Amino acid sequence: MKTNMKTYETVIGLEIHAQLSTKTKIFCSCPTQFGSVPNTQTCPICIGMPGVLPVLNKKVVEFVIKAGLATNCTISKHSRFARKNYFYPDLPKGYQISQFDLPLCQRGSLTVGDKIININRIHIEEDAGKNIHDSSDIHSLVDLNRAGVPLMEIVTEPDIASPLEAGAFMRKLRAILRYLEICDGNMEEGSLRCDANISLRPIGQKELGVKAEVKNLNSFRYVEKALEYEIERQTKILTDGGRIIQETRLFNTQSGKTISMRSKEESHDYRYFPEPDLVPIEVSDQWINEIRETITELPDQKTARFVRDYKLPSYDADLLSLEKYTADWFEEAVRLGGDSKQVSNWMMGELMRLLNEKNLSLDKSPLKPNLLVDMLKLVTDGTISGKIAKTVFEDMFNTGKSASEIVKEKGLVQISDLGELDTVIDEIIKSNSKEYERYKAGETKLLGFFVGLVMKATKGKANPKLLNSTLQKKLST
Amino acid sequence: MGISDSDVAHIEALSMLRLESDEAELFKGQLNDILLYIDKLNELDTSDIEPTSHVIPLTNVFREDVLVTMSLSQDEALKNAPDASKGFYRVPKIIE
Repeated sequence: MKTNMKTYETVIGLEIHAQLSTKTKIFCSCPTQFGSVPNTQTCPICIGMPGVLPVLNKKVVEFVIKAGLATNCTISKHSRFARKNYFYPDLPKGYQISQFDLPLCQRGSLTVGDKIININRIHIEEDAGKNIHDSSDIHSLVDLNRAGVPLMEIVTEPDIASPLEAGAFMRKLRAILRYLEICDGNMEEGSLRCDANISLRPIGQKELGVKAEVKNLNSFRYVEKALEYEIERQTKILTDGGRIIQETRLFNTQSGKTISMRSKEESHDYRYFPEPDLVPIEVSDQWINEIRETITELPDQKTARFVRDYKLPSYDADLLSLEKYTADWFEEAVRLGGDSKQVSNWMMGELMRLLNEKNLSLDKSPLKPNLLVDMLKLVTDGTISGKIAKTVFEDMFNTGKSASEIVKEKGLVQISDLGELDTVIDEIIKSNSKEYERYKAGETKLLGFFVGLVMKATKGKANPKLLNSTLQKKLST
Repeated sequence: MGISDSDVAHIEALSMLRLESDEAELFKGQLNDILLYIDKLNELDTSDIEPTSHVIPLTNVFREDVLVTMSLSQDEALKNAPDASKGFYRVPKIIE
């Protein structure tokens, strides 16, 4: 059967806005704290009063250079600001101070899995205020606390081939920014948000298809979901012989669909020009080197070292290196004598499960590395069984008490005493004589039935190895 | 080159203004006068002159990232606003 169906490939580029973790705003000394009382963190500079002059926060430049170095960018020796002009109620000056033709960082890259994603540029800009659309039909409310908070915008090349790759890039970038301590990466609070450009083209075609831009995606999942929806939408239009319209779209988190946001697209004309109120930035090699020296081990390097030095599978090493605090926690436990793979298993298993359940981050966990290591020693020397260890672990997590304390309080010491175990087993065999006969007749899978009963009777404290061998011996006689 | 009617309409939209037709005509004339004046500058030979965005020979003017308590109170911040409500600036509804 002949068909007109073409196969399309996806082309994605991201524009990521990251809020820089400075104490003060980019051009004035107002605080940047999130969630404060509306309009209490503003001054004549950030609300655009006539006659004021911006003065650049040095930390902002240092942070963005840091980001550039960590993503293999070339740092521009000469850089300047530009005005991006547009009218919107959250933009009190009527223009946003940004960078246009001479951004601070250019031509970088990040490796995600086996793939290199190129970065076109990283530039500095100021954030706008926040519009609140409450129940009123005729009014909107504006909070300018966020106006003038420093941002960097990271623009990738259209090198990303799938929604999953886009998500992976975001996760990687977030990990790096958090390692560098230049952005807290809190997506719920909008510290990291993403606009995604996506287009399709027939496989083999060189030039890019017409793109749609999906704005303001503030979670990894939304990035992936919105892009999946766009692929579906654009594929349908193209296979039906239609044309994609270049437009801005919004992702509706409820419906999982993107919707056109055609409002003011026609009039986008930002009339950029060099910002006359700010002098250019010159970056010397010496300054770059000073900043380079402050960059500590990054996630990729840490992963490699964990595989090399602790013989961890790369899956474990990757997960443990995602957050610096997690990696430090792991290394502390190993330093205290914990076996690296055991520590990793407990961290990625029970610890993560409990943290998720309680919605806690690791630094808020009452369970510290030394407690885990002490517990592992009790397992190794046979004081408690691996099964009991799970209970002990959860108790440690909830109370912050040590494993030996919990074991003592609850009488959880493993029964490794043959005499004590003998008595229990004899009783159980006696009261289950039918099953005993069946076992002797060759139904050996009933061993599990007896193991279960003994474990129940001893509240899981029977030493499993000892139990198995004793039970088998007794049942066969 | 000169400013056309559609240029005026474009600038009108960008500026969020609504002009009567006689106003549009008036501004068209004024904008054209400004451009004519700029054209005068184009008569100068600038082939030997470096383009410049800043007239003062300064670079790297910074401040340290130090918190100074100089923010306005909410009342002060909203004092000049034509309209405010519940601690916010209140503006005509923004259609999203």
